[in-house]
Amino acid sequence: MIELREVGKSYGAVRAVDGVSLTIERAEFVVLIGASGSGKSTLLKMINRLVEHDQGMVLFQGAQIRTFKPEDLRRRMGYAIQSIGLFPHWTVAHNIATVPRLLGWPSERIAARVDDLLVLLDLEPALYRERYPHQLSGGQQQRVGVARALAADPEVLLMDEPFGALDPISRHALQNELVRIHTASRKTIVMVTHDVGEALRLATRIVLLDRGRIVQAGTPAQLLAHPADDFVREFFGGDELGLRLLALQPVAGRVQAGESAPGEPLPHTASLRDALAQFVSRRVSRLPVADATSGRVLGAIHFGDLLAPPPPP
Amino acid sequence: MIPPAQHAAPWVRNRVLGTLVLAALPAVGVLAFVRVAPNRLLTGEAITLLGLLSEARHALWLPAAVLMLGVFAPAARWAYASVLAASALLLAVLFYVAGNEAVLQSAAQASKLARVSLGGGFWLLVVLAVLAAADAVQRLGLAPVTRTIVFAALLLPVAALLAAGYLDALSLLKEYDNRSDAFDAALLRHLQIVLAALLPALVIGVPLGVAAARSPAIAGPLLATLNIIQTVPSIALFALLIAPLAALSLRGIGLLPAVIALTLYALLPIVHGTASGLAQVSGAALEAGRGMGMTTRQLFWRVRVPLAMPVLASGLRVTTVQLIGLTVVAALIGAGGFGALVFQGLASSAIDLVVLGVLPVVALAVAADAGFGLLEALLRKDATQ
Repeated sequence: MIELREVGKSYGAVRAVDGVSLTIERAEFVVLIGASGSGKSTLLKMINRLVEHDQGMVLFQGAQIRTFKPEDLRRRMGYAIQSIGLFPHWTVAHNIATVPRLLGWPSERIAARVDDLLVLLDLEPALYRERYPHQLSGGQQQRVGVARALAADPEVLLMDEPFGALDPISRHALQNELVRIHTASRKTIVMVTHDVGEALRLATRIVLLDRGRIVQAGTPAQLLAHPADDFVREFFGGDELGLRLLALQPVAGRVQAGESAPGEPLPHTASLRDALAQFVSRRVSRLPVADATSGRVLGAIHFGDLLAPPPPP
Repeated sequence: MIPPAQHAAPWVRNRVLGTLVLAALPAVGVLAFVRVAPNRLLTGEAITLLGLLSEARHALWLPAAVLMLGVFAPAARWAYASVLAASALLLAVLFYVAGNEAVLQSAAQASKLARVSLGGGFWLLVVLAVLAAADAVQRLGLAPVTRTIVFAALLLPVAALLAAGYLDALSLLKEYDNRSDAFDAALLRHLQIVLAALLPALVIGVPLGVAAARSPAIAGPLLATLNIIQTVPSIALFALLIAPLAALSLRGIGLLPAVIALTLYALLPIVHGTASGLAQVSGAALEAGRGMGMTTRQLFWRVRVPLAMPVLASGLRVTTVQLIGLTVVAALIGAGGFGALVFQGLASSAIDLVVLGVLPVVALAVAADAGFGLLEALLRKDATQ
């Protein structure tokens, strides 16, 4: 879907992005993560030509992005940013309709699409359609921002720290919506964040950047279980890295079938981190595990099972 | 800290109105309500409110009492509405009493040349009544559109009295009667000059403002130049234009230099309004627009311009009001307009003629300000952030 080959961008003597190669497949959820100044935002903006690369090449659907008109390219990629940037003089519906209007969709199709998106982002259409951005909370504004980015059913969704300015509750709710939308639509999403928790929760693949270069790329579990070096280990939380790794894996994979244990069973979808918390708070070394939906007991998990080998790299 | 005045008089609930009522006291017994003079050039004998012949003056008691009570009324909408109504009534009665007094005084005078003019006390009460009304409107928290309608309604009774001839015996109206042709010509010319300066200022100033918003390298020198022009006194600017115009074998006095000078003055607020209007458009909205595939042109017309409009409109408002005032001075170089009446009046020390020239200028400025204010409020309504 998107291929970066040895791309770079310099601002004067500073190399913001330095020889990055990355292939993003359809339906991936790639999170670019790094500290401020790591070049993650610049890299994202190179994909829709808000920043022009001065080295290497960027391909979209197999063609160099320079062969597209920038506007045409951008209309095929949804774009959402931290400061949201809703147009204050337009209603919610008008804002969401931005790209469909630019593409000249008929108005009935636009109206139907706007309502669908409002429903998708959990905003009652009749209530919110005609509101102005200043009448919405921050979380609602970003819901509209995401709806606007999705409006013309883009092939790719680019998001630059979209939830960075939101309170933890709105952020969490929107992260869940995004996972739901990604799972249902199989859209390719590229997101920039500096929030490790967000990256681990959302990404199918994490790309860790430092000083314009890729330090390590892989699934969340791979980065946690096999950090390439101390920088990666530190970035993903140092001592907390182990806990984060546990949080990524469900107990289902470690259940000893046929065994039993006393007490309230854990659902099989609970994470190993949840299990660890239960071991400690119940002061036991064995816990029963049950199917989350049917409630049928599947077996038990032993404290030592937490130490089983991590997922392969 | 609570201001000491509140300790001193806790029963005074509306201190603004209280101040206005106190300020009105000298207008009752000391200042002239009208002046009666044997002819139009003399100042005449002062007659205070207490010395009026007109029995209609007793009608002032009702609104005056309401306004005085309003000082002690609780902070409630009904109280402010009453103050507003009383101010409107006071205004109408003041004009009626003045007109009525002029009729009675003229009849009492032997000479037909005798003039009854409005005195300082009258004008003070008018100003205070308008201020009381404005304060009440403010406290009522009315929407901008409603506010404009209320103010227009406030002037309606006065306009009706004027139209029905109740004020005809006043010297101001006699002055108008003698010079209605000159007055009408001055009105037309005044509006012509303002428009003739405003239109080129817009045509030149808006593109300059756009350029200034795009490039700080242009904005600095451009605004500095316009600021310097702004500081040149208008008479000096008129004089400075005589030589270059003469060099082009054009008349250095009259309409042309006036329009050129006023256009130059109007450029600063228009360029500034355009530039700062465009500059205050949120960077996030612009980035989002560009990121979603708006072309530069679409971004300009669909996002920048509508979001800059309220500030641009307020620049236009300032410019228009300023031009209406400055045009008075243009009469000095023979451009005409209400300034012609003012300077003629000053030259012959006929104060009524001066007032006849100044009043419509004030009225035009107030009307332009209200009109543009309304426009701005409507533009801001859907551009609020």
